[in-house]
Amino acid sequence: MTFALAIEQLLNGVQLGVMLFLMAAGLTLIFGVMGLINLAHGSLYMVGAFACATVAAFTGSFWLGLVASLAASAAAGALIEITVIRRLYARDHLDQVLATFALILIFSEGMRWLFGSFPLYLDIPPLLEGAVALPGGGQYPLYRLAIILAGALVALGLYGLISRTRLGMRIRAGESDREMIAALGVDIRTLYTLVFALGAALAGFAGGMVGALQSVQVGMGEPVLILAFVVIVIGGIGSIKGALIGALLVGVVDTMGRLLLPQVLSLMVPPAQAGLIGGALASMLIYILMAVILAVKPRGLFPAQA
Amino acid sequence: MSRENILNLVLALALLAVPYIAQAAGQPFTITLATRIAILALAATGLNIALGLGGLVSFGHAAFFGVGGYVAGILSSHAFSGDPMLFGLPGSKQMLVVWLVAMGTAGLLGLAIGVISLRTSGVYFIMITLAFAQMVYYFAMSWPAYGGEDGLSIVVRNQFPGVNTMRPMNFFMICYGVLLVGIVLSALIRSSRFGAALQAVRQNDVRVAAVGISPMPIRLTAFVLSAMLTAVAGALYADLNRFVSPSMLSWHMSGELIVLIILGGTGRLMGPVAGAALYVIFEHLLGGLTERWQFFLGLILLATVLFARGGLIGLIAGKVRHG
Repeated sequence: MTFALAIEQLLNGVQLGVMLFLMAAGLTLIFGVMGLINLAHGSLYMVGAFACATVAAFTGSFWLGLVASLAASAAAGALIEITVIRRLYARDHLDQVLATFALILIFSEGMRWLFGSFPLYLDIPPLLEGAVALPGGGQYPLYRLAIILAGALVALGLYGLISRTRLGMRIRAGESDREMIAALGVDIRTLYTLVFALGAALAGFAGGMVGALQSVQVGMGEPVLILAFVVIVIGGIGSIKGALIGALLVGVVDTMGRLLLPQVLSLMVPPAQAGLIGGALASMLIYILMAVILAVKPRGLFPAQA
Repeated sequence: MSRENILNLVLALALLAVPYIAQAAGQPFTITLATRIAILALAATGLNIALGLGGLVSFGHAAFFGVGGYVAGILSSHAFSGDPMLFGLPGSKQMLVVWLVAMGTAGLLGLAIGVISLRTSGVYFIMITLAFAQMVYYFAMSWPAYGGEDGLSIVVRNQFPGVNTMRPMNFFMICYGVLLVGIVLSALIRSSRFGAALQAVRQNDVRVAAVGISPMPIRLTAFVLSAMLTAVAGALYADLNRFVSPSMLSWHMSGELIVLIILGGTGRLMGPVAGAALYVIFEHLLGGLTERWQFFLGLILLATVLFARGGLIGLIAGKVRHG
């Protein structure tokens, strides 16, 4: 294995981590503020990807597509918050799981109805085509670097939003005592809708960006959703910082595990078997990581104040 | 007899009567539907021990369902080929053996998952059980020895002493019998001292701990029992389809099992039966009308959760008297 390959895979891991962060940030924010577990978050990611692919195909501009993905997912998020999710805040987690599971069924079949079963494809915008030279002699696609940068900017922006603005102050207040901030005259219903739409927009943004890397199809959100769950469980539910660190950890461990495990095993067993066992182990690695972290810290690495 | 008990009896008899009527009317496919209902009801009855009695919302029971299925598939494929399995043990085509092995394997898996997951509660528990089930799912997908992504076929349905299991009616009766045993077991558990402790732990674990009962072993026992029962259903499901694939392990399956309980009514003895019957009938009727039946299933489910929290049994028999 060359140094360049290792760097390339590490960057891939970070890029996966950034996508997971965009998903996990929304999930953890919604859980932190509203106490809601939202399985339909992956559907919002899918909505973003479909909006981006459709608008980009129609107008020829990836950037308009990206704007559309933000707008469509935020709108879809606000819509389901007002019609369904709002009724679930006072319910137990079982009801929330079921209702949002029902939303997944509705979204998935609905998208299939609108767009058919064939995947859509999205081209990388001309500005971000090409590759960058890596130290060690490798090449790395510019687009993936741009995703990493965009994710870092979003993380910074989110940090600024939550720690420096009035809206962020209200979000933090909502996390610690929702009755109190309602009593202080903050319109809590609108705040909840805003937070939900913000989380949805982050998921949609991730979906829009990833659309240029993989095919856009129904069901694309679910694997990412489950990884995002692993991320927020590892990071501590309700903690944005935990989501960021957890996402990078999961992204890098997953990618590097797939690269390294078969090689490490091949030192001990014949290569054919090493590939087999290594591959199977690598696909389970992040869940093992999660189990280990939870065995040590049952509330995650950065538990938010309850 | 209370209204719920009458309803339970009616449900049990109706499920038994339908295949006989179908047989007489020359509609063998309906027997398969009834068998599916019985098996899914058994799986949900298993889950209901953890979820309904213990309040443990496991979103990963597909792992146990699928493991049961894979045990049936793997044992029968080894019996068919004659190759020994792990530790040189032979495969088997006897359902009784398959069920025991399925229960043992799922019990051990449930123990491992439970020990880690039960350290947490609430949303964490939901997500962790989900993640463990995904782990098993990805393992089955990437392990090529037993079919990997493509799944594993069971050439001839496993055998039961003295019964020709390839006849749909006979196989239905086996599944129905096992379902009844499962329901009686779950009723016995509910009314036992253990069941009382388990329900107390659900309602207030701090108080239970304060009177000197440690909640963890009780929850763990419930979780393992629940896994074992669900695994038997998985083995039957594999026999019904004569096919096992990772889709039995997928998180959609876990979601469906919870849906069955909710459609029927949470915390009801026969809730899973009512739920499974509703689900399979919906699937069959809506699936006949439109390819998009899952869209409407989603709407029905959403309406049930938002407006009819007692499920079918709650609608007919009224509220549960005890919490």
